[in-house]
Amino acid sequence: MTRAEILAGIDQIMTEGFEVEPALLKGEARLIDDLGLDSLDGVDLVVALEKKFGCRIEEADVRKMHTLGDIYEYCSGLVEK
Amino acid sequence: MSRNDGRAVAVTGLGIISSIGLTADEVTQALYEGRSGVVLDPQRAEAGFRSGLTGRINGFDPRTYGCSAKMLRTMCEPAQYAWAAATTAVSDAGLAGADLQSDRVGIIFGNDSAVKPAVEAVDVLRSEGETHFIGAGNIFRVMNSTVSMNLASALGIRGASWTLSAACASGAHALGQAVMLIRAGLQDMVLAGGAQETDWHGMMSFDALGAFSQRTSEPEEASRPFDADRDGLVPSGGGACLVLESAERARARGARIYGFITGYGFSTDGSGHLSRPESSAAARSMKMALGDAGIGPSQVDYVNAHAASTPLGDRAEAEAVFEVFGSDVPVSSTKSMTGHECWMAGASEVIYAILMARRDFIAGNINFSRLDADCPRINVIKRTVDRTVRRAVSNSFGFGGTNATIVLDFDCGQPQLGVAKGL
Repeated sequence: MTRAEILAGIDQIMTEGFEVEPALLKGEARLIDDLGLDSLDGVDLVVALEKKFGCRIEEADVRKMHTLGDIYEYCSGLVEK
Repeated sequence: MSRNDGRAVAVTGLGIISSIGLTADEVTQALYEGRSGVVLDPQRAEAGFRSGLTGRINGFDPRTYGCSAKMLRTMCEPAQYAWAAATTAVSDAGLAGADLQSDRVGIIFGNDSAVKPAVEAVDVLRSEGETHFIGAGNIFRVMNSTVSMNLASALGIRGASWTLSAACASGAHALGQAVMLIRAGLQDMVLAGGAQETDWHGMMSFDALGAFSQRTSEPEEASRPFDADRDGLVPSGGGACLVLESAERARARGARIYGFITGYGFSTDGSGHLSRPESSAAARSMKMALGDAGIGPSQVDYVNAHAASTPLGDRAEAEAVFEVFGSDVPVSSTKSMTGHECWMAGASEVIYAILMARRDFIAGNINFSRLDADCPRINVIKRTVDRTVRRAVSNSFGFGGTNATIVLDFDCGQPQLGVAKGL
């Protein structure tokens, strides 16, 4: 899976699962303030990412994710491993 | 609540999602024409049900009522129906969202199960081996209060907010409790109703009881309350919501008033049996409601019966109706068309009675051919009759012997309030 495919997969989860406007999907977008996600969305987002990429995301790592770019980088790193 | 204290409670809006229609107009037409919403669901037979009969809600899409993907992650089937009914009722009442966001406005719904999300969560846990994969939304889908918690949150309700569970009388008790809160001056307006899942998961335990009709070759004729050849109920469901508000408030804002709830009665069988109904307790509920409304039985033009097409239940209600009303008052059970809408029936059937009164007819008890020889001679209406309905009674009875009766008054000039007569 290429990095472009990973980012596209994350964007698909954001638009289809969380109804985020495609125009807002930028790396610097803050998950809560810009994309409108809340703590409940956060739990479901982690599960959706894990299913999408067949990986496990630790809670300590989740707490470090504040922007969409953080998710892009984290998932790219996981899949590359 | 022994006497009406003058705080008449007006019905100013309604919304209904049922097997016989998704709008008040569709439902009114179905009631008038005697159209059934019952079908045979082959999935149930494959799953191992004794009966595949069910009411089916056609064409319902929660997204057309403004449910977002985020809302759907926390709303299971009954909450979705309730949301559609509630938002329709609010709009029907001429209210805006901001009108609800007050500590004087509440929401009380009847609901008694949310089985499918519970089953799905167990499936996930067993397959994945940890709760993590159930996700965050399921807890808000799996509780009975999925209805009130989701709706109150999304609508910005700040007053009363809870779901009431009382088996097949849940919806009627929800209306009754809303009436009491308004009369007591604790709330000015309450969105009151009932919701019922129709998915097979929610009905498998009921099916195991052997209470469902086996007339699978004739689905539309399976639900036949009071008929001598009835052989069980047909499960159904949906969502029903009424906007209830104090008459003063309704008049002050120039609201269109469908009618008034003037009486609420309740009782419990106390028989020591979970599912065998007691006619004397049903009669007590009806008498209490009439007393609360301050009217006598002769002033009632129509009884919307609870009768669900079960051998014992219908007979017990016929005995109770005969005891309270005698043999003249017109009686019909709209469950003959809708099937048994269980937790929401007490709310939906009040709406059906309102829709009949609005168009001056009494819906027939379809599939009724001849009264059970063991039933007293009550006046079951076979086919729709054109008739003015000034006052109606709606009964709802549930497992555990919980009974509820609602009295409606359609004289929208001034409801008849006074001292009980002849009780």
